[in-house]
Amino acid sequence: MPTELPILSLLIWGPILGGIWVLYAGDRQVLTIKYLAFGVSLITFVLSILLYTDFDSTTYRMQFIEFAPWIDAFSINYHLGVDGISVPLIILTTFTTLLIILAGWEVIDYRLSQYMAAFLILEGLMNGVFAAQDAILFYVFWEAMLIPMFLIIGIWGGPNRIYATIKFFLYTFLGSVFMLVALLYLYSEANSFNILELHDLPLGATAQTLIFIAFLLAFAVKIPMWPVHTWLPDAHVEAPTGGSVILAAIMLKMGGYGFLRFSLPIVPDASLLLDKFMIALSLIAIVYIGFVALVQQDMKKLIAYSSISHMGFVTLGLFVGFSIYAATGSGSGSQMAMEGAIMQMISHGFISGALFLCVGVMYDRIHSRQISDYGGVVNTMPHFAAFMMLFVMANSGLPGTSGFVGEFLVILSSYQASFWIAFLAASILILGAAYNLWLYKRVIFGDVANEKVQGLQDINNREFLIMSLLAIAVLLFGLWPAPLFEIMGPTIEHLVSHVLQSKVI
Amino acid sequence: MADNMETIYLCIVLFPLLGSIIAGLFGRYIGRSGAHWVTIIGVGVSSILSLIAYKYIVFDNGDIYNGTVYQWLVSGGISLEIGFLIDRLSVTMMVVVSFVSWMIHIYTIGYMHDDPGYQRFFSYISLFTFAMLMLVMSNNFMQLFFGWEGVGLVSYLLIGFWFKRESAIFASLKAFLANRIGDFGFILGIAAVLMYFNTLDYWEIFNSAPSLADEKVMLIGGYEWSLMSVICICLFIGAMGKSAQFPLHVWLPDSMEGPTPISALIHAATMVTAGIFMVARMSPLFEYSEAALNLVLVIGAITAFFMGLLGLVQNDIKRVIAYSTLSQLGYMTVALGASAYAAAIFHLVTHAFFKALLFLAAGAVIIVLHHEQDMRKMGGLYKYMPITWFTCLIGALALIGFPGTSGFFSKDAIIEAVHASTLPAAGFAYGAVLACVLITALYTFRLFFLVFHGKERMDNETWSHLHEAPAVVWGPLAVLALPSLIIGAFLVGPLLFGDYFGPAIYVLHDHNVLAEIGHEYHGVFGFILHAFLQPPVYLALAGVFFAWLLYIRLPDLPEKIASKLKPVHQVLLNKYGFDDFNQFVFAGGARLFGRALWQIGDVKLIDGLVVNGSALSVRWFSGVIRQIQSGYLYHYAFAMILALLLLIFIFVHY
Repeated sequence: MPTELPILSLLIWGPILGGIWVLYAGDRQVLTIKYLAFGVSLITFVLSILLYTDFDSTTYRMQFIEFAPWIDAFSINYHLGVDGISVPLIILTTFTTLLIILAGWEVIDYRLSQYMAAFLILEGLMNGVFAAQDAILFYVFWEAMLIPMFLIIGIWGGPNRIYATIKFFLYTFLGSVFMLVALLYLYSEANSFNILELHDLPLGATAQTLIFIAFLLAFAVKIPMWPVHTWLPDAHVEAPTGGSVILAAIMLKMGGYGFLRFSLPIVPDASLLLDKFMIALSLIAIVYIGFVALVQQDMKKLIAYSSISHMGFVTLGLFVGFSIYAATGSGSGSQMAMEGAIMQMISHGFISGALFLCVGVMYDRIHSRQISDYGGVVNTMPHFAAFMMLFVMANSGLPGTSGFVGEFLVILSSYQASFWIAFLAASILILGAAYNLWLYKRVIFGDVANEKVQGLQDINNREFLIMSLLAIAVLLFGLWPAPLFEIMGPTIEHLVSHVLQSKVI
Repeated sequence: MADNMETIYLCIVLFPLLGSIIAGLFGRYIGRSGAHWVTIIGVGVSSILSLIAYKYIVFDNGDIYNGTVYQWLVSGGISLEIGFLIDRLSVTMMVVVSFVSWMIHIYTIGYMHDDPGYQRFFSYISLFTFAMLMLVMSNNFMQLFFGWEGVGLVSYLLIGFWFKRESAIFASLKAFLANRIGDFGFILGIAAVLMYFNTLDYWEIFNSAPSLADEKVMLIGGYEWSLMSVICICLFIGAMGKSAQFPLHVWLPDSMEGPTPISALIHAATMVTAGIFMVARMSPLFEYSEAALNLVLVIGAITAFFMGLLGLVQNDIKRVIAYSTLSQLGYMTVALGASAYAAAIFHLVTHAFFKALLFLAAGAVIIVLHHEQDMRKMGGLYKYMPITWFTCLIGALALIGFPGTSGFFSKDAIIEAVHASTLPAAGFAYGAVLACVLITALYTFRLFFLVFHGKERMDNETWSHLHEAPAVVWGPLAVLALPSLIIGAFLVGPLLFGDYFGPAIYVLHDHNVLAEIGHEYHGVFGFILHAFLQPPVYLALAGVFFAWLLYIRLPDLPEKIASKLKPVHQVLLNKYGFDDFNQFVFAGGARLFGRALWQIGDVKLIDGLVVNGSALSVRWFSGVIRQIQSGYLYHYAFAMILALLLLIFIFVHY
């Protein structure tokens, strides 16, 4: 390893300690805490770039490993490591947090230090989720993450925030409890909480199915999959802009990450057994939710539903691989589907984050999220309109933007499983364009609709910077996604070959 | 030379892109003239380099180029790349696209002179040129789809260019969605190609196409489909969207809401022909599917005939030309179906010139009349706008296929080719395209007479300001008039009957209708003379005569005919009811369905019943349980005694 720094620990504890420092500084010196929070998130982002530059993309093995015993009695260890799946997600986390700190700069005028601290601590915990190689460590980070998120929605949220936070908390907590039970069972079998050792643990068919369902409850809620998705629109609507961004960009990805790290490799036979069920749920999410998004009146709800629909592509890409393998006898189509799914996760992080920021920009000015309160925004905010056009198009999967890559690969590969799966999945081309562009038409185009729109100020330099960074990310990954695929290639190739082998005793 | 060509090809696409980026992002700093200079130079360089490439490939018989620019990604062993395939087909398209685009850039200086979105407009049309060039120069399906959606995006932006107009932003949304329906089929076609050929590279696919010609696939139940038919029909659905073929044609007439230069560039000369180009490019696949070819023939014939009819009743000058474009695209599609791919491309080329010319002439009339588009308020303009009149006449003659003009050669070749085709649908298609010749001449000269001849029907204010269009406007008209007139005579021999396209277009021996016609081809004059023995020429002349009769000689007659044939007239005015149907069934239906899923599925069932329902049941249960915790000591003591008795009972008996 070229560098001796414990990068992963720094990525986890740096922001957490930074957050505590910000908390301690308090609200007295507003500017200081802003710069402090910005500095911490910037350093964390730069550190996370090291993961990319120093990453050895020729192997699927865990890298940047850190290991220290934690609770010897139960062989629970402080065990960190990353592979081609974790690295992009960690960088996405640090990038998004940086943007959120910038986005909250002038907007949050109430308990600012706590706001900034909550996001910094959340960042560290999320990095922990992606880096943990010990199941209990993973579980601790996974649950701890809920606390700052709960506070973010509960303190800085909208009028109905209590209902939304409770719903969010109970929904996700209920799912995770089953995961804990599954992890404890696995420990009793393997005598280890090391995730990689669990991958190689032989398990009976019934046990696998039960474990799969337990994991499913945890991850399906997080992603979210239909029909356990209804917490998401409520949480988004009530969350402050930054909360919505982090929720859509990172938290939803935890579910997909969980499937990749736990469900698929630990219980591959159960995944195979239930893959049609998962595909069906994914397709329902894509089509059903696509229609639901079409009729939303609240911009945030619309984007929230669009997120669920796009996450359908993630779960589809993850679970369609078995059918592809059955149809073609080769793992290459399955690999394409899975890589498409991960690409979709990363890309959705940028795009949904950008769209929630766009809504936030408008909300900060007019204090309404209702589509009907807008119209003709382009007349007063031309720069903003240009950015939003890009993001809306990216959300409709336009080639050249990152939104296209994942959808394209998942549709292409799922055709190999069945024409009809691809047929239903491809309906997002029409539905996605319909709800996105109709939203844009009603909000941005047209003549100035009312006095409030007439009085709008175009985005300031800070907002311009945030939008530009996201725009660059969206275009870069759309025009040249190769680096990402280079990083995850060996990992996914290995994962696919592992998943396609039975491990029933 | 061959080494430099790679750089040249790269420059051909990058210069318009660069111009677009500069004009788009820095438009404020470089000003209006800066924006038009930078884009005109960009596209100009691209045109000249295209001509150099054309000379190299076609005249010097240079090497066909098939190479990668960069690797987009590798996934599951499949490499997706950005790359160019420069052969005779693509180089022909490159010249047409860049040249027409260049003329339209110049024309735009005059047309958009007073528009506040000047820089934005130039940025868009340059971006369009870039995307269209990427589309035609692609060497694989992935990049084809890139260009395909890229031109769709710019088309969307340009139709809605005047974003304050409700009709314009409605039309742009409609155009994008109709195109997306096509792309839906297209992407499935690409997915099928990838599955069976395991690559998206054109050449590799074309080379292995014959070996998969008899492959069968199952789609529904046990019914077997030919793989090639599935692929080709899916791809053709994409072409139907982009080239506005029935029933996905609905967006093109509405697209006339955009500024006229883009109606000429995008919605007549280039983008809408992308579907035609794509099918010609895929000839090595389509040749192996009779089913797909028949479908192509039928769709093309329906579009040509029925959309031509609609041109007869429109009063908006641009809409007449738009329906004419639909109808002419139908001709090209028919040619594709008859395996006369070369004839389709030939008509695409001539049509690009004369239709761009007609649109720009219409645009010249529109600006001189202060954005008046209703032909009922025109008339007698030949006195005031002689250059526009003359160039428009050339365009009109080319459109109706007047012997000797460019359109004559290409259209006649298509009609002959359909006549010679042996496919089952060819008979129907032949009848449709033949009848359409009469209709074409009728609506074309109806427009021509209503605009330039007859009574002057504009108001006095406008009338007093009539003048010829400025030089930046008539200049491009004159430049386009020349190829509209003569290019057919030059190209007909080599393009149709010589081996012009080489290996770029592949035709099975049994389908080779052009070779059959070629036996009787003895030079340009022979072709013209031969045409006088065939019905189309007389149909066209009859059409002009009727137009003269109805709109010059007896101008009251059209009204009377319309009222006599009221039901027919009404159907035509309603455009066969497609718009109402789509609006009601698809747009309304989707919203209704979405609302039902949301309100019933999400709100009532999942949230109401399950989520909040479980919360309520917990509350109810705890409410019941709470009753037990009364706080009275004797209640608890009583419960303890009862439990104790119960336990003793159990221990004693079991």
